[in-house]
Amino acid sequence: MAAGTAMSSYWRGVRDGLPFLAVVGPFAMLFGVLATEAGLAVHETMGFSIVVIAGAAQFTALQLINENAPTLVVIASALAVNLRMAMYSASITPHLGPLPLWKRGIAAYFLVDQTYAQSILDYEKNPDQTTSEKFAYFLGVMTPICPPWYLFTFLGAVLGESIPPSLGLDFALPIAFLAMVGPMLRTPAHRIAALAAVLLALAFAWLPYNMGLLVAGLGGMMAGAQAEVRLGIKL
Amino acid sequence: MTDTTELWLIIVALGLGSFGLRFAFLGLVGDRAMPEWVLRHLRYTAVAVIPALVAPLVLWPTATGGEPDATRLAAAAATFAVGYLTKNVFAAMGVGATVLVSLSLLL
Repeated sequence: MAAGTAMSSYWRGVRDGLPFLAVVGPFAMLFGVLATEAGLAVHETMGFSIVVIAGAAQFTALQLINENAPTLVVIASALAVNLRMAMYSASITPHLGPLPLWKRGIAAYFLVDQTYAQSILDYEKNPDQTTSEKFAYFLGVMTPICPPWYLFTFLGAVLGESIPPSLGLDFALPIAFLAMVGPMLRTPAHRIAALAAVLLALAFAWLPYNMGLLVAGLGGMMAGAQAEVRLGIKL
Repeated sequence: MTDTTELWLIIVALGLGSFGLRFAFLGLVGDRAMPEWVLRHLRYTAVAVIPALVAPLVLWPTATGGEPDATRLAAAAATFAVGYLTKNVFAAMGVGATVLVSLSLLL
């Protein structure tokens, strides 16, 4: 494969990834601010964003650290939130699976909501791409998303120290998550999964250390899968 | 507050765990097919876990000592409604934040 087509795939990816900067920037900054509010040092906050590189899981961990949940519960709950990454990994494997192991490792590290969603959309729209072109495109999409995730976390962490505890800041995290829920409810099965999960979460909220989250998450997944089969939903 | 050692333990474990989840199929499954029932459950992970995480925080906010709070309920409802109707995460966050801040100042 010519290097030229890989380069053009890369730049096409950069262009398609650019709009996500508008979401990633404020979200990363919010993490930086909230982490600082929770008492994390700047290097610890950066550690989260570079080592974990997963918005929702980072916010979950932060919330539970604030509640003084045991370390194991923090880890298990945040990983439960990240379980969807396994689905992304499964879904992108037919496209990037033939790559050498180290390139698959790089793709895995940068596999986040936005890079996954944009890449899979492109692979389905332009199915004639070579594996190298697909990988170049993925790296292109990643470029305006992942490095800014680190940068804006840093800005939030540094600026956060100068932001006084303000009205309703405790509620920024639920708002950020809730904003993501609406667009996820694409089919009746998705709506049933979400509804079941909410009801279970409220019913099992009495369980210690947010274990209700795991019960509700699993229950919601089962409800969604059942609904998909019974309603014969095509995805 | 969790101490420094525990914090780094959390960061490293989450990093390894998240990478493991992302690498699981890409790295180890390769081109082999997965059972349909596994995929079917994985499809609903995000849409189940995230609402389950948020629901108790909305109804029983920590900041009010677990008492339902009109300002936070209104902000949550506005965020969800805008996200659902426009499918735009950023617009939903903006409207939710605006409702939250303006009601906090008014009430």
